[in-house]
Amino acid sequence: MSVYQDVIIAGFGGQGVMIMGSLLAVAAMESDLQVTYIPVYGPEMRGGTANCTVVISDEEVGSPIIKRPLSLMAMNRPSLEKFQPRVKDKGLVVFNSSLVDARLADNGRVEVYKVPANDIAADLGNIRMANMVALGAYVRVTGIVELKAVQHSLEKVIPQRYHHLLPLNSRALEAGTEGVSRCQKTGV
Amino acid sequence: MSRIFVKGNEAIARGALDAGCRCYFGYPITPQNEIPEYMSRVLPGIGGQFVQAESEIAAVNMLLGAGACGVRAMTSSSSPGISLKQEAISYMAGSDLPGVIVNISRGGPGLGDIGPSQGDYFQAVKGGGHGDYRQLVLAPASVQEAYDLTMLAFELAFAYRNPVMVLGDAIIGQMMEPISQREPVHPDPDESGSWRLEGSGERKPRVIKSLRLAEGSLGDHNLHLQEKYEKARRECRHEEFLTQDAELVVVAFGSIGRIVKSTIRRLRQEGYRVGLLRPVSLYPFPSSALQELAGQGRRFLTIEHNLGQMVEDVRLALCGQARCGVYGHLPGNLPTPDDFEEPIVKAMKERK
Amino acid sequence: MEEVLAYKSPDILADTPTHFCPGCHHGIVHKLLASCLEEAGLARRSICVAAIGCCAFIYNYVLVDSLEAPHGRAPAVATGVKRSHPDSFVFAYQGDGDLASIGLAEIMHAANRGERISVIYVNNTVYGMTGGQMAPTTMVGQKTTTTPGGRQAQTDGYPMQMAEIMAGLRGVRFAARVAVNNIKNLKKARKALFKAFEVQQQGIGLGFVEFLAACPTNWRMSPVEANARVAGDMIHCFPLGVFKDETPEER
Repeated sequence: MSVYQDVIIAGFGGQGVMIMGSLLAVAAMESDLQVTYIPVYGPEMRGGTANCTVVISDEEVGSPIIKRPLSLMAMNRPSLEKFQPRVKDKGLVVFNSSLVDARLADNGRVEVYKVPANDIAADLGNIRMANMVALGAYVRVTGIVELKAVQHSLEKVIPQRYHHLLPLNSRALEAGTEGVSRCQKTGV
Repeated sequence: MSRIFVKGNEAIARGALDAGCRCYFGYPITPQNEIPEYMSRVLPGIGGQFVQAESEIAAVNMLLGAGACGVRAMTSSSSPGISLKQEAISYMAGSDLPGVIVNISRGGPGLGDIGPSQGDYFQAVKGGGHGDYRQLVLAPASVQEAYDLTMLAFELAFAYRNPVMVLGDAIIGQMMEPISQREPVHPDPDESGSWRLEGSGERKPRVIKSLRLAEGSLGDHNLHLQEKYEKARRECRHEEFLTQDAELVVVAFGSIGRIVKSTIRRLRQEGYRVGLLRPVSLYPFPSSALQELAGQGRRFLTIEHNLGQMVEDVRLALCGQARCGVYGHLPGNLPTPDDFEEPIVKAMKERK
Repeated sequence: MEEVLAYKSPDILADTPTHFCPGCHHGIVHKLLASCLEEAGLARRSICVAAIGCCAFIYNYVLVDSLEAPHGRAPAVATGVKRSHPDSFVFAYQGDGDLASIGLAEIMHAANRGERISVIYVNNTVYGMTGGQMAPTTMVGQKTTTTPGGRQAQTDGYPMQMAEIMAGLRGVRFAARVAVNNIKNLKKARKALFKAFEVQQQGIGLGFVEFLAACPTNWRMSPVEANARVAGDMIHCFPLGVFKDETPEER
């Protein structure tokens, strides 16, 4: 079976969703996969959520824009509400349970994973690492790229002036892989 | 060679630099600002010139001036700014001057929006300025192609002494993909030696102009231009995808071309025999490839991010040999593979 | 008796009749320019950017490498030439409709950037080539084909004084207004051209010389009357002088 995954990553401005997308994309590139990343642009910019789409494949990527993705990373409630209905049946949703009520998950139709990204980031000493925690969780449950590939890609994506935070980003990614759990179907 | 992960706009700037571009002239407009921003960072350090001009008009006239000196130079803009550049593009065509113009187009008409659109197809391929001239037009569908075609644009501009346009859109300009860069080109200093301006020195002075008042001279010049365009036909480029057994061939270019490819992959799984012809050069247009497919009994559907422009060239190429429908995706709406399923299925069911 | 060479035409001035009307000053400015370029040793590395209007054909008369610019765009084209080929000596030759109307943005910004170019600006107060319509420099009260009752300040505005405007921009290092209606003025004009060339040669900025010029045909005057108008009304409206001189010896 060939490798293919697409994901919409959404949150509010400042949560670092664009960095999540480009980091995932660079990790895919470093894993010798084909990949495309597009920040959302145009009418969908309205409404206060920022989002981007990443498509990863072992063959040439067709559309960079996906209406009904296979997976979603939702960093806040409006993002989950907006994009969860678009996720394909049997698709996958990873959401930030620090900010989103687990009862909103469309469990059953899609496979849902929660990660208390803000809480874990706070425990690490920097709440801004929540995006890395969530990405770590996503990488764990999809297995689309190795966690190591993501960690190695950090220095290519994080601006030079934040390079002193690389080790912390790396730890946050790892903490995400440990902090993620599947929502029980009964939780609906 | 290792890959780097860049935006389409940056890939265009890198392609230009690797093609030997040493002068860039521009004016800010969304969604192409990464091009001047990148150029302003790099050019001064490599002995080049970056000028943020007072307008798109001034920028393209600076391009005309640099082209007349035989220097590889570029300007870039987006739709409304490209409209302003048409005057000088016509002068460049009329003066046999090379230059690369990038249009990362957006929705129109007028101020439109800053989202993707292919509404500038006619302007790009039919000659948006005055007079009987053509510019070569290349339409990338990926970030790698944005890089490669920009490099090619410089080769063609100097080979034909003609303006060449790279036509992308907000999708191509803003998306990020890995690219492999090639070895930088070091243009042959003699490539413009026979015509460029540099001060006459000991030779006879040269004049580069488009004004031709002597009886017969404008006619002769127009014939010369037509011969040049005829020669440029060999620069035709296109991509075919699953056309061999296709009943229906979708014709789509640029970003829409690759989005349609995803739709086609999906429909193939459902058993639809559909393929894609993606023109890479919009001028010259891959007419003979279309004619060949028409000769094999294919039917056609053009999909564009406008309400039907390229379809006119497709129909012209098919010359009644085969039918060609059109599906126009509205500007202001992001196109996705889902949007094209229904029109393709509908076109396949027609006349079945 | 021994023959003495009393006058020699500049080598780069074509030995051909011009298309200019009798009494037009363009021919005089062309010749002056040609002789100054030659004398300064610049002719063979010059690139002339020609504009649109009566002076569009300068490349037929002043024989240096030349390039045609779209209407008003000569300073932008000259910018592209100079930036891409900095060793060349670059000058633009523009009329008043070209420079002060349709090309105002281009000259203002080339000047403001301090482009190392020389701009020769010939002001004859009308659109000559198109038949004598009002130009941005038409004097108040002056009749043209589009101001049949004379230019009215209230509706048509005032004549633009480009040399003074240019002098106000920091990128300009030399700005002067000159005339070629008599020998005295011609000599001053010559001096001004050398200064304008010099600021380019020194690499310090833009040099600008405005020439007042007669247009007998469109002024509906004889050459002699037109010359008298330059000396009278025109110099009154557009005072001659050096408005800025930042050549090294003057600073």
